[in-house]
Amino acid sequence: MTQLALVIDLNVCVGCHACVTSCKEWNTSGVAGSLSDENPYGKDPSGTFFNRVQTFEVGEFPNTQTVHFPKSCLHCEDPPCVPVCPTGASYKRQTDGLVLIDYDKCIGCNYCSWACPYGVRELDENQKVMKKCTLCVDRINDTSLADEQRKPACVLACPTNARLYGDIHDPESIVSKAIRENGGYQLMPEWETKPANHYLPRRSASAIDNELSRKVEQQRPNTLKPTGAPSKP
Amino acid sequence: MPTTTPAAPELSPSEVKTTTCYMCACRCGIKVTLRDGEVRYIEGNPEHPLNQGVICAKGASGIMKQYSPARLTQPLRRKAGAHRGDAEFEVITWDEALRQIEERLTHLRATDPKKFALFTGRDQMQALTGLFAAQFGTPNYAAHGGFCSVNMAAGMIYTIGGSFWEFGGPDLDRAKLFVMIGTAEDHHSNPLKIAISKFKRSGGKFISINPVRTGYSAIADEWIPIRPGTDGALLLALNAELVREKLYDEDFVGEYTNGGYLVNDDPNSPQYGLVVANGITPADNPHRNHSQLWWDAGIDAAVSNHASGCKPALNGKYTLPDGMPVRPAFALLCERLEPYTPEWAAEITGIPAARIRSLAREMGEIARDQKITLPLAWTDSWGRTHDSITGNPVAFHAMRGLAAHSNGFQTIRALSILMSLLGTIDRPGGFRHKAPYPRGTPPVFARNPVTPDAVKPNTPLGGAPLGFPASPDELFVDDAGSPMRIDKAFSWEYPLAVHGMMHNVIANAWRGDPYKIDTLFIFMANMAWNSSMNTSETRRMLNDRNENGEYKIPFIIVCDAFESEMTAFADLILPDTTYLERHDVMSMLDRPISEFDGPVDAVRVPILPPKGQCRPFQEVIVELASRLKLPAFTNADGTRKFRDYPDFVVNFQTAPNSGQGYLTGWRGEEGDKPMIGAPNPKQWDMYAKNNCVHQHHLPPEITYMRNWNQGYHDWATNVKLRRYGDPIMIQLYAEVLQRFRLAARGHGKRQPPAHLKDRIEKYFDPLPFYYEPLEVSISDKQKYPLAAITQRPMAMYHSWDSQNAWLRQIHTHNYLFINTKTAQAAGIADGGWLWVESMHGKVRCMCRYSEAVEPGTVWTWNAIGKSRGAWHLAEDANESRRGFLLNHLISDELPANASEREGRRMSNSDPLTGQAGWYDVRVRIYPAGADEPQESSPQFNALKPLPGTTKLHRLWQAFAAGESK
Repeated sequence: MTQLALVIDLNVCVGCHACVTSCKEWNTSGVAGSLSDENPYGKDPSGTFFNRVQTFEVGEFPNTQTVHFPKSCLHCEDPPCVPVCPTGASYKRQTDGLVLIDYDKCIGCNYCSWACPYGVRELDENQKVMKKCTLCVDRINDTSLADEQRKPACVLACPTNARLYGDIHDPESIVSKAIRENGGYQLMPEWETKPANHYLPRRSASAIDNELSRKVEQQRPNTLKPTGAPSKP
Repeated sequence: MPTTTPAAPELSPSEVKTTTCYMCACRCGIKVTLRDGEVRYIEGNPEHPLNQGVICAKGASGIMKQYSPARLTQPLRRKAGAHRGDAEFEVITWDEALRQIEERLTHLRATDPKKFALFTGRDQMQALTGLFAAQFGTPNYAAHGGFCSVNMAAGMIYTIGGSFWEFGGPDLDRAKLFVMIGTAEDHHSNPLKIAISKFKRSGGKFISINPVRTGYSAIADEWIPIRPGTDGALLLALNAELVREKLYDEDFVGEYTNGGYLVNDDPNSPQYGLVVANGITPADNPHRNHSQLWWDAGIDAAVSNHASGCKPALNGKYTLPDGMPVRPAFALLCERLEPYTPEWAAEITGIPAARIRSLAREMGEIARDQKITLPLAWTDSWGRTHDSITGNPVAFHAMRGLAAHSNGFQTIRALSILMSLLGTIDRPGGFRHKAPYPRGTPPVFARNPVTPDAVKPNTPLGGAPLGFPASPDELFVDDAGSPMRIDKAFSWEYPLAVHGMMHNVIANAWRGDPYKIDTLFIFMANMAWNSSMNTSETRRMLNDRNENGEYKIPFIIVCDAFESEMTAFADLILPDTTYLERHDVMSMLDRPISEFDGPVDAVRVPILPPKGQCRPFQEVIVELASRLKLPAFTNADGTRKFRDYPDFVVNFQTAPNSGQGYLTGWRGEEGDKPMIGAPNPKQWDMYAKNNCVHQHHLPPEITYMRNWNQGYHDWATNVKLRRYGDPIMIQLYAEVLQRFRLAARGHGKRQPPAHLKDRIEKYFDPLPFYYEPLEVSISDKQKYPLAAITQRPMAMYHSWDSQNAWLRQIHTHNYLFINTKTAQAAGIADGGWLWVESMHGKVRCMCRYSEAVEPGTVWTWNAIGKSRGAWHLAEDANESRRGFLLNHLISDELPANASEREGRRMSNSDPLTGQAGWYDVRVRIYPAGADEPQESSPQFNALKPLPGTTKLHRLWQAFAAGESK
């Protein structure tokens, strides 16, 4: 069975946010849009983003690492957000493993975002609909696009090619190879959500990556836009 | 989203056009998808050589720039009785605006053309704006390079004949070691990101030397923290170690630098310190002598450089037959470097001496032991053929982090010399040039005026506004040695100010020093905010009047696409288009986007019609030039020569029938000639059909060693990229600087005024040296123990993007980042309010603890803080209430005590190039009181939205292309 995913290479991500705004740009006019912005030109602007970059410092001066950590829906193989949905709006698509939301069924109750241990679901406060990364389903499924264009917008945009896209169930795919060859890891595997997205560690500083994993865990709720209290697994 | 995803999701047919991005100065190729006439998607163009399909955060947010409510849409005139800065304007027509400018400028041109000053923020249309100024007859023209990175351009061009960014860069495809020094994220960003990623993945080692670990430094294999402004000390120590350990490339130094040239060593000679030449010049450049002498150790005699079978001695003392004592330039360099030990540099930089020593060894050994050999046969400038090209794979990159210090020129000289000693100039794996560079050290293609009679009524300027002085005779001063330009560039105060000094203009014009001007025309530069040092005082000067109630700067025109802090101070505002609504050229006559393997230029074409009454700035320039009947824009019968800007671009030639114009692609009547050829009326169409870019690949054997590659010089002179085909020798020893120093010692027909003699003597040292930045040297470092600098957020371009609804969510306000221990020692909490104070002013802001900054430095993101209401943001927007501008702490002029010592006020700038010393300020920090407002300080009166901008401050915005119709 196909399981599409992103593999994000922290060894080369410079935190430029190209993925963040490319995602917003594609999706706000796409099938998963629009993506609302509250107070776009006023105090405390706060919009819906499917993908955000968090920045951590790890270690003490002068042995400091600055880590840019892009985060979006991890398209878990056992997604805790799906069974809690009272209307069946959240679902996992069997054909390609995408976790998607049917906006027509969503009542904006937030259960799914509480269930998500990664804080990657965002309630569009304007439309009262839960939104999140679809891996640009309307690009990857669009047969009118050339093959090399049938990728998520963030993957095409990324200047350092830190974002790889493919089927992690196909051992010969670019993502499977990258995971295998570079120590790719999942976020918080102990929650048994089997996130499809993986991260590749800083290759020259693996000790520091262990500390990084701890930091990610500490910052589990999406601190940039909290949508509710985190739940337990 | 429906349960079944539609296969073809677009709501209606889309159209895709290509053009060139302008969300920053990187100039990537983009594909713009429209839906129902609105921008649906902007993506990187995979066919484009610069960005190869990728795009950055800014580029992908172009939609929010296009539809920003801050856009100006109508010409505006300051209301009678309103003060500058109050932002009280009335709408006028373009006819009225142009007539008013035409009348004013016609009078100035007929009486005293230098009373008109044109200064531009964005500077990639200098081929047009510089031509306009020169044709008008005013010397008072420049772009923003003086307060950007002129030290980088001048320091490298005067030393190696090229510089980083668009004129050259690190060859990361082949480098093994890459060293980035200082903040450099804001230039050439996508290409560098692509290259750094490939470099790391192919196993290269990336070292970042920076007070702060952010941006690209985050993914460096090693971060070496350094104190701001001390890079020169590190670089000199590295050079010294290479010499001490004999790890420099001796053959390269002997053959390709002036290290073997013999220097007059007689302190009593009027030519002391100049390179000795026999007067017979074998090359064809009348401005540059090539008859310098070597000492050949084999025959123990002086010989012409590169004489057949000879090798230069690089050390020793010799006597010429006429009795003149001489020394090879390299020997002088070695002597200079001797005291610069790692221990000496460690004290200054904060980098352990052992690491400096090992870093030099690492560089030297990789350069020596991991050589690259390409089987490319080439012929050098002296007619010698070579079977191959060698590379020493150590590459560097630096930009503003080195440049924005008042010791930057000499620091960058030291970097250029380090790159040269390692033998990496225009060689594989090192630094490589991009057309139209390399050029001379310094170049001769642009020559500024040198005497006051270059400025005459109704006459074009006698020279180019900007040049590259090679001696005091090439300064632009009057008989008394006083400055001729309003910014004092090319005067004895800032002799090598090759990019002008935009940061001096407002203060000088306000003071009437060296003279009063009438009209100041500013294009797209936020001089009333983040582009000026001493921001509050600059705003006061812009609004200041004399005893008769007249403004001290009588008339200010601002052309911009958005309302900003600066537009508020205009008398007349001209609404510019966005980049999606205009024609533009990235011209070979200016600053193109060339690659290592040959010239590349590019264009923008309009994707959308201009909003409201917006007109491209270039159209305004061509229109004014035609109305003023400037010769280059006027036919013999007095009629206008060019219909509009696109017509001008196609048909303008640098000289009658030169075949050289603004664009190199599809020239010739048939459109089949690259580089040179007759104008082609279909040139714009051809660019539009070809991704708006023209790339010309050179044969590989002329894409290396271009300073001395005869094949390259033959080609470059043929296509008029270079005027002369003479070799471009690396100036380990900068004879140009010694000429100024000799003048300070009383030699030559032009000598500096008495009060500047010591300054010229000290700083115009032909050998690199370290001195504390000027501001630092006169700061009380007990009272102000910390350095304060800025870094460039990759998702913002200067002050431009706070009006962008998406980008401002990434950087809504800024913090002062302080090393945790430093902040705790000062009793400042993480997230707490503090005062940061320099000897010039103080700012209240918020603290963020950081372990990624060295303890003696505090820093913030540049230009996030905004004035209240500016950029069409709400009055309570975070940018103005919590964001802050470091500029309030930075003086535009050196403090009075130092100025008194100098005899008069001096700019806070590099004494050689006039580069603004942004990063030299010293500060102290202390907690804000619990009873103080939780708000940044200083605050300014709120600006009201200008007429023609979009009035509504939406609570919600949910953009979907095609749905607003």
